[in-house]
Amino acid sequence: MEFPEEFLYTEDHEWVLVEDDIVTVGISDFAQDSLGDIVFVELPEVGYQVEAGKTFGVVESVKAVSDIYTPITGEVVEVNDELPDTPELVNTSPYEGAWMIKVKLDNPAELDGLLDAEAYQSFVEEQD
Amino acid sequence: MKITPLNQQHKKLGARMVPFGGWEMPVQYSGVIDEHLAVRQAAGLFDVSHMGEIEVKGSGALTYLQNLTINEPSVLVDGQVQYSACCYPEGGVVDDVTLYRFAPDHFMFCVNASNIDKDFAWMQKVLADGAFADVVLTNRSPEFAQLALQGPKSEEILARLTDADLKQLVFYHFIEADVAGVPTIISRTGYTGEDGFELYIAADKAELLWTQLLETGAGDGLIPIGLGARDTLRLEKKYALYGHELSEAITPLEGGLGWITKLDKPSFVGQAALQKMKAQGVPRRLVSIRMCDKGIPREEYPVFACGKEVGIITSGTMSPLLKVGIALALVETSVAAVGTEVEIGIRQRRVAAEIIKPPFV
Repeated sequence: MEFPEEFLYTEDHEWVLVEDDIVTVGISDFAQDSLGDIVFVELPEVGYQVEAGKTFGVVESVKAVSDIYTPITGEVVEVNDELPDTPELVNTSPYEGAWMIKVKLDNPAELDGLLDAEAYQSFVEEQD
Repeated sequence: MKITPLNQQHKKLGARMVPFGGWEMPVQYSGVIDEHLAVRQAAGLFDVSHMGEIEVKGSGALTYLQNLTINEPSVLVDGQVQYSACCYPEGGVVDDVTLYRFAPDHFMFCVNASNIDKDFAWMQKVLADGAFADVVLTNRSPEFAQLALQGPKSEEILARLTDADLKQLVFYHFIEADVAGVPTIISRTGYTGEDGFELYIAADKAELLWTQLLETGAGDGLIPIGLGARDTLRLEKKYALYGHELSEAITPLEGGLGWITKLDKPSFVGQAALQKMKAQGVPRRLVSIRMCDKGIPREEYPVFACGKEVGIITSGTMSPLLKVGIALALVETSVAAVGTEVEIGIRQRRVAAEIIKPPFV
């Protein structure tokens, strides 16, 4: 199970990568492992306004539909167009190939509540 | 939470365990898609010990069974199996079942895990209400474990562990023989649509048979299969799952079981209601739906035809073999024809789909 140091994480098992005011969002290795084989990914369009705590898309495994949330508010400036055609990337490359959206961050203070890699790993280990 | 005799075995194999109908069961080991494809291409082994076994014995057994079930059990010979169901007087389904005939006065039902107690109580009620003589009902579920070995390599694998002549054992028949030294009811039946066997054994022999089968079949690609793949496999073949395609609110005529509903046989529970429904026209039908655009149909999503809501999905998934969304749905009979273009309501979208002739694969 991987918990790359350069990301921040949420208790809903998303990761964010912060580069100035652009934040990339995806779901964690723990999330993809829990969901199983991913067969469908639904992402918003560029220009969509995401809101902290609200869903911005859906990943589906064979068995179930899972909403994906964002911890940050802002405008979607880029979407991983490849991902809906190759949903299995979520399983094989959750931190790189399966990045989902890039968001122009409105309010950097929203990052304060997020977990670093170590804290997220502890959180995940407590779940078991 | 109930557990099967193989609970520790599943955990040792790294299975993800989930609650199912009051039982802790493996939903997957290596992955649903992997397991699904293994059964279609090689072989898979399922722990289905949670299923129930109810014995019916006595000289009055056949008369009782004719009244209890909707199919015609008098056609059975010793060693034969029949797919059947029990209905309520209003026509809804109590459970779908398989019925085994050992002898003219000895039968056994295999029933759904989530319905064991309900079915047994219902069977006792029908027995008492009808005052059938010389019938003894016994719920033998706790005594049995059950494994299912399914896939094109099944016979080859099983043959290594038994002297029984499996080539002579045809579909929907069973024999009693030793497998790996374990007395077994070997039934050529299954829920996957592939060639295969359901193996009934004493509960304390489950671990032995499970490990022996996995060991002997490893070289052929035999792997353990969880409930996740069990569902995708049966869905691809349009097999009903109680609680989805059949229920107290769904009659066998609507749920795709018209072919086992012998309306003209002597009196059976539910007959009057079903004859009336047939005469008035069955209002809804179970259809097979294949998605035409991207999206996965799921249970309870609405079905639209010409913009009007005409039905509901009963089971849906992404077919691991076809790599397209597939579903079973109950729709108004007027739009149930093969070829009808429909739309499935998936969250905010209406996604194009088509009613096709089953099975999907």
